[in-house]
Amino acid sequence: MDWRRIPLSALIGLVLTLAIVATALFAPWIAPYATGTVVGDVWAPASDKSLLGTDNLGRDLLSRLIHGARVTLMIAGAATALSFVVGSILGFVAAVSGGKLDQFLSRTVDLMMSIPTLILALVVLSVLPSTVTVLVLVLGFLDSTRVFRLSRAVAVDINVMDYVEAARLRGEKTAWIVFSEILPNALTPLVSELGLRFIFAVLFLSGLSFLGLGVQPPDADWGAMVRENKEGIVFGVPAALIPAAAIGVLTISVNLVADWILNRTSSLKGGRGNG
Amino acid sequence: MMSPLVREIARRLLLGVMMLIGVSMLIFAGTQMLPGDVAQAILGQSATPEALANLRKEMGLNEPALTRYFDWASSAITGDFGKSLSNGQDIASTLGKRLQNTLFLAACAAVIAVPLAILLGLIAVRFRNGFIDRLISGLGLASTSLPAFFVGYVLLYFFAVKLQWVTSVSTVFDGMPLSERLGAIILPVLVLTAEVLAHMMRMTRAAVLNVMQSAYIETAELKGLSAFKIIYRHAMPNALAPIINVVMLNLAFLVVGVVVVEVIFVYPGMGQYLVDHVATRDVPVVQACALVFATVYIGMNIIADIAGVLSNPRLRHPK
Repeated sequence: MDWRRIPLSALIGLVLTLAIVATALFAPWIAPYATGTVVGDVWAPASDKSLLGTDNLGRDLLSRLIHGARVTLMIAGAATALSFVVGSILGFVAAVSGGKLDQFLSRTVDLMMSIPTLILALVVLSVLPSTVTVLVLVLGFLDSTRVFRLSRAVAVDINVMDYVEAARLRGEKTAWIVFSEILPNALTPLVSELGLRFIFAVLFLSGLSFLGLGVQPPDADWGAMVRENKEGIVFGVPAALIPAAAIGVLTISVNLVADWILNRTSSLKGGRGNG
Repeated sequence: MMSPLVREIARRLLLGVMMLIGVSMLIFAGTQMLPGDVAQAILGQSATPEALANLRKEMGLNEPALTRYFDWASSAITGDFGKSLSNGQDIASTLGKRLQNTLFLAACAAVIAVPLAILLGLIAVRFRNGFIDRLISGLGLASTSLPAFFVGYVLLYFFAVKLQWVTSVSTVFDGMPLSERLGAIILPVLVLTAEVLAHMMRMTRAAVLNVMQSAYIETAELKGLSAFKIIYRHAMPNALAPIINVVMLNLAFLVVGVVVVEVIFVYPGMGQYLVDHVATRDVPVVQACALVFATVYIGMNIIADIAGVLSNPRLRHPK
């Protein structure tokens, strides 16, 4: 692929996304301090010792930001993966088998999407503990409804193709049709959706953590860091703005890349210009 | 024989009621999905069996789930949401006040956001693919990607702390004069506006652009009308249905989007009420708030549907 053909915005997005992923991967080697180490006064300004200053307990903000990238990316990534596996498989199965199963799944998804995801998540989190596993499951399952709708719509189109008909007449089982006939042909539209779902997961997780219902101390993702430092804002300490900005940088970067992929993949088929 | 319009509206309304019943079941079921039961979750692992048995009896947990659902749903219809577990207060009366505050905040944001979004959308069409259009779509990208608390705290940091133009906490109370009340909620209104503006703007732009390719627009151009007049008088009316639809959807989002914004600015609305009681595992309050949020949200969506039907001339004047 010719690198010069990538638009500047997508290139910036790509570089920043990769940088954040690398930071998360190598967090223990990059971060100057461990997450829990107290290095100075509470909300100390930036200095040589701690480049971004310290947080509400005097811990190094930069180190916590680097470790927080890990928590944010891990939970959001796992939730996105879960929502794609569950959503696309159920969506394909619904489209291929049709009938009562399709009706049941589609109406259930309609129902789940008729109230805002945040409200539903809060209802569930009012009785379940906010562990990492619970967060991934809640985020993943609630978001799988959107993947379900997309993959079902895509699969309904593919399902009427001659090669699917041929496979069915050959006597192939539903599982074969889903994984060998539908999945390879539905991959392109799903991949462009992947970025958008990931952004949603990051924002959703950060929102929950900000409300104190996501990642619990002593662990902290970027949303939880905003929560820890939000009291400082009133005293003119901008510590809470740094993790909040980090979330913004991550989501905008992924958005730029996703936009570019969407434009590329759809312009191949001649549809969807930039109008 | 009913006219198709009335029938269509009746159908949407019925669908909405069914949706609401389904959602109430979903909310109820959501609080049942845990290994022990609600009593165990509230009291924790170290609870004595006696305390557990008492709480179970008090909450009626010994009844089957279906009976409990019908009890809960039938009293919720009459406006009785029971009492809060944490402080024993009547939920409905607190909720009523909170809901008023939330709707006030959302309405103020809507009054600013809707006209602004449509105006900016039309400007983007007028100068399409130019600098202003790019600027507007860039701002749109930023506002959909940035978390609400980032926008909120940046505004708070500069306007309330550095410049000290407004207070950092949006306190409102009963009997507060309207002007002071409006002054107190400037920042939350700005954040909410930023949240919904971009989407409405983009959809307005897309809907109007879609109409701009029609032959009658070309006629209007050849007649020598000014660009704005063509957009405003000729393109806009035919793009109205999708615009109304997206506006209503965003208003529905506004009412829910307040949850995070209320927490940022410590505004005594329903979102704050909900979040506080999720943390203390006060299940009856959470269920009540979720049901009210869902009702408002579904109601808005039904209105969006009906407005879409009404603005479609093909349905208004059947052959």
